[in-house]
Amino acid sequence: MSDNLTLPAQQGSADASSPSPETLLTVEGLTKHFPIYGGFPIRRKVGAVQAVDGVDLSVGVGESVGLVGESGCGKSTTGRLITRLLEPTAGRITYAGQDITHATRRQLAPVRSEIQMIFQDPYSSLNPRQTVGTIIKSPMEVNGIEPAGGREKKVRELLELVGLNPEHYNRFPHEFSGGQRQRIGVARALALNPKLIIADEPVSALDVSIQAQVVNLLQKVQDELGIAFVFIAHDLAIVRHFSQRIAVMYLGKVVEVGDRDSIYNRPRHPYTHALLSAVPEVEIDAEEDSRERIRLSGDVPSPIHPPSGCRFRTRCWKAQDKCATEEPPLVQISGNRGGHLTACHFPEDPTTEDRGEDIVLDPALAALEDDAAK
Amino acid sequence: MTTLTKESGAPTSADAGAFLSVRDLRVQFKTEDGIVKAVDGLSFDLERGRTLGIVGESGSGKSVTNLTVLGLHNPQFATIDGEIVLDGQELITARERELEKLRGNKMAMIFQDPLTALSPYYTVGRQLSEPFMKHKGASKKEAKDRAIEMLTKVGIPQPKVRFDDYPHQFSGGMRQRAMIAMALMCDPDLLIADEPTTALDVTVQAQILDLLKDLQQEFGSAIIFITHDLGVISKMADDLLVMYAGRAVERGAMKEVLGAPRHPYTWGLLSSMPRLNSDIHQALTPIPGSPPSLLNPPSGCPFHPRCAFRSEVPGTLCTDTRPPLGAGRAAACHLTAEQKQTIFIDKIQPRLR
Repeated sequence: MSDNLTLPAQQGSADASSPSPETLLTVEGLTKHFPIYGGFPIRRKVGAVQAVDGVDLSVGVGESVGLVGESGCGKSTTGRLITRLLEPTAGRITYAGQDITHATRRQLAPVRSEIQMIFQDPYSSLNPRQTVGTIIKSPMEVNGIEPAGGREKKVRELLELVGLNPEHYNRFPHEFSGGQRQRIGVARALALNPKLIIADEPVSALDVSIQAQVVNLLQKVQDELGIAFVFIAHDLAIVRHFSQRIAVMYLGKVVEVGDRDSIYNRPRHPYTHALLSAVPEVEIDAEEDSRERIRLSGDVPSPIHPPSGCRFRTRCWKAQDKCATEEPPLVQISGNRGGHLTACHFPEDPTTEDRGEDIVLDPALAALEDDAAK
Repeated sequence: MTTLTKESGAPTSADAGAFLSVRDLRVQFKTEDGIVKAVDGLSFDLERGRTLGIVGESGSGKSVTNLTVLGLHNPQFATIDGEIVLDGQELITARERELEKLRGNKMAMIFQDPLTALSPYYTVGRQLSEPFMKHKGASKKEAKDRAIEMLTKVGIPQPKVRFDDYPHQFSGGMRQRAMIAMALMCDPDLLIADEPTTALDVTVQAQILDLLKDLQQEFGSAIIFITHDLGVISKMADDLLVMYAGRAVERGAMKEVLGAPRHPYTWGLLSSMPRLNSDIHQALTPIPGSPPSLLNPPSGCPFHPRCAFRSEVPGTLCTDTRPPLGAGRAAACHLTAEQKQTIFIDKIQPRLR
């Protein structure tokens, strides 16, 4: 591992505005429907949870792609489909030129070691009956990899790399704090020298002061080892900090994708606007807050019966008849930079500045604010 | 009740002006491994119509404090010391019968997870009506009218139909709205919100926060708002209390504490979180180490093992002496006022932009 560390960072500047020329992973029309069974006495399929419904995504070599959205939007399912922990219903996953959508176990074996995963909950993703050494060593054992100097030496190097004491080799997970456990998870993911890591909410379960430690560790890993990341999170500020390109998901679909600057400063999709506006930022002066204020009403609809046409239309302030009948394609809208795609019939202006008038769709909130204004 | 070791029974409010006044509160739990000092000498005041934000990491004692205010600890397991005075009434020595009259009436709570806080066995309407009937002596009909009024107020569509629904038929955001409606049923003077939006999505969180703020203006309740999210607290609080290892380490008006913080822990919290407009090339500055165990808290200042500015304090002051938290705007730190100011301006502020 130590010689790998001297590799030049594959991603030059952290602010690459277009996808890397060399594509590592391509996902086209990826779909996952979970069947719902019901009925008596004969159980039949009565419906499907359309968790992921036609997602297109690409990840370049050494690039970090952020996947954001609210719970139930399918971001975790997408991650699990890419790692082939779930079998896709439809679509195509191409990894390094090889179609792995329905690859068999044996075909997948060489690819599996290159795509690793970091899970959200550091408490349930480590086997409590195994020592740290065994946990980090087992991916090498499964794949029959014998690094120079032996597996134990490699594990100790990995522990050092993620900021843990190599002498903790024989300790059990319960002896570590949450942040340290997440470091063990990172070390395990790095054990096979992966090219792509799917990080599914890697810091959400951690305390604020510990989150930054793990984010910095992941960033160091990405810079020094040139590993590509799919970074799944709901915290928009952390995704912005970590990812060069970001895809915003809503109800199983990507509604907007683009480089960091386009998504955070020049968003076009109303949902991206609403999401950014809802982030609570530390603002000491209310007047200082120059961001637009958008308050949606209600929750995300059920993915069992998603709205027709544009899925966001039930909570959108710009929705018209066209939105209900015609599904907007994910395309580059005029005025957008290359690689910035938006799926909307009536896109917003590319700014997050205050528009002079708040958009408050929540009826209770609107009523209370009307009363207060009078 | 033998564990209640309060000496003076008579309510002696230290600050007559405050609506809620907590003085030198200590809560300890006996466990197999030893005594956990969950709250260790905490004092604060809250006035009517104001919002006090309490921030801190998990295990800093913020939830324990507020469960103590409501009298929800089992005296068999918890040792509670100190003084809590709500509107002239001492709560720690109060009998269970008296607390029952206050809970849900004069003081109410919004819990973090509405699915576990609402009973799955009763309809939402019945759960809303119950406290109103108990405390206000209202009839079933009156309570139902009030419940529907409150459900409308918090934005539940079709409140008349939803009155007879069970909690599982509500979505996450709606359940939290129902919780808020339940807490506001008896028009409480004190509302304790314990991480009310942590389990929600950001767009729903923004709705709920604005709703709470607008409802507070209408009802004029005092709110204690507990969260670990500094962004959320900056939207809600008038005053702020930063807690660490069961103690308050910094206190003051929210704008002052977040705008010109004086404690190294507050500096650490602020510089470890990225913002939407921060410089992406600047690495985050985490607080090293992890929060201490409350079984065996560090000597002196509990933050000293993680503090980056310990060397600025002469001698072994940090490891030996616990820094006191003065009255009003204050930070419990041995650094001098000038040192705090220069460190914040020279080293911390550049990180926040």
